[in-house]
Amino acid sequence: MQQSLRVFPSTAEFAPPSVLVEQARIARRKAESASRGLGLTIRGLRKAFGDNEVLRGIDLHIPAGQFVAIVGRSGCGKSTLLRLIAGLETPGDGTISFGESARAEDIRVMFQEPRLLPWARVLDNVEVGLGRNRGLSDANARAEAALAEVGLRDKRAQWPYVLSGGQKQRVALARALVSNPRVLAFDEPLGALDALTRISMQRLLERVWHDQSFTAILVTHDVAEAVALADRVVVIEDGRIAHDVAVDIARPRRRGAADLAALEGTILRHLLSGNDADA
Amino acid sequence: MSVVERLPRVRTVRGSVIGGLVPWLLPIAIIAIWQVACATGYVSARVLPAPSDVLLAAWKSLRSGELQQNIWVSFWRAAVGFLIGGGIGFALGLANGLSQLSDRLTDTTLQMIRNVPHLAMIPLVILWFGIDEAAKLFLVALGVFFPIYLNTLHGIRTVDPQLIEMGRIYGMGRGELFRRVIFPSALPSIFVGLRFALGIMWLTLIVAETIAASSGLGYMAMQAREFMLIDVVVLSILIYALLGKLADSASRALERLTLSWHPAFQK
Repeated sequence: MQQSLRVFPSTAEFAPPSVLVEQARIARRKAESASRGLGLTIRGLRKAFGDNEVLRGIDLHIPAGQFVAIVGRSGCGKSTLLRLIAGLETPGDGTISFGESARAEDIRVMFQEPRLLPWARVLDNVEVGLGRNRGLSDANARAEAALAEVGLRDKRAQWPYVLSGGQKQRVALARALVSNPRVLAFDEPLGALDALTRISMQRLLERVWHDQSFTAILVTHDVAEAVALADRVVVIEDGRIAHDVAVDIARPRRRGAADLAALEGTILRHLLSGNDADA
Repeated sequence: MSVVERLPRVRTVRGSVIGGLVPWLLPIAIIAIWQVACATGYVSARVLPAPSDVLLAAWKSLRSGELQQNIWVSFWRAAVGFLIGGGIGFALGLANGLSQLSDRLTDTTLQMIRNVPHLAMIPLVILWFGIDEAAKLFLVALGVFFPIYLNTLHGIRTVDPQLIEMGRIYGMGRGELFRRVIFPSALPSIFVGLRFALGIMWLTLIVAETIAASSGLGYMAMQAREFMLIDVVVLSILIYALLGKLADSASRALERLTLSWHPAFQK
């Protein structure tokens, strides 16, 4: 928890070197040169379950290394979009293409539930994330490194049931990170956590995204979370992209800052101006 | 026969020798009262022999080697019948839980057979096998088959689909998915079946041995009845109780060993 509770200074006036380095990294990411993430392009994507058309033509380009948040009301199709990107569903129509040929280990998903194996110790759960490389001799070391990344190295030999909800979700994050993915898709990963744990998890997510520079796609119904974390917020309504808002606010961002709140208000108005009838 | 959730137990007496004796206080008290009731003549020795007489009968039977012989024969029948029936039940439970084809092919038939009480087969079994070993093994195997089959199937069918999806995402093949996700998840349910089956195993064996046998504990009891040796009858009943308790303890120990990840099986 210690790492994730780091306090970021609000301005760059007295910024320590580490912050300057972080800002420099962001600048580089914007240039898309240093990122090892994968970019992806979605064209004319449709998906229906029976008669229920969930996605009605999505066109979206996500540059490599970008942090995109997808927001929308429940049932708008945002989770389906994420599952399609992660390859958990097959598109009804349209295409999803990644910049280069992606291996299975390059794209990872984190769900709202931790989905840990209750009968495997924490370290073994993280090792599951290595995919086909589970059997290699460095598997153990890599899993330990991923656990250290989320600050849970001391829990390596525990059974999952002794962990708190936030800790379980951090183990799930370590499992997703251990294969060094180039695209990480989050399906409301913090939805079931309490407010304080959420905030420290958000900081953790932002930090690992900095450090590992993957492309992050976060589905959430929490607009404040989307604005705090993402480079760009995509609003989905009735299976289509209704708004695509760039969040041009320098990192590190301060929770509760006026510019964040203003942006959050704008997006919320977009969302609520739709049809209030089924709210 | 679903998974019985055990409530977490609150232990007040922990670890000490006295704590270990607590479960035995009641049986010991019952035996003591029984002994007193017999010694004072309150209970006639022709209705119920005193525990001391039963012990004496056990000693005599042990010295002649008859008791060990009969226990061994019964134990062998129970174990072999259990392995055969349990093995087939486990295999079919796995097959029907994992393969729809196998399930559609066999499940209806098995459900029909299940509704015939297996002890109703005794006349037929005697006609088929006489009073050979095969008759007893067949009955025990048939009896233990269903609890193991049903609970294995139930365990596999109730695996959390989210965990299976997780396994697939992380590139698990069929074999690894079974080994890492499906089987461990079904294990608590399989153990429930195992313990049901152990109970049915003894029940079946007693009935089979009292009706059609020329050796074993049930036969020993029936023989003793012929000669009005009530102490031997009581002795064989007590031995059944002890063997049943032994089998249950063994399955519990196995549970604790393999389910240490489960919050309900913490020491």
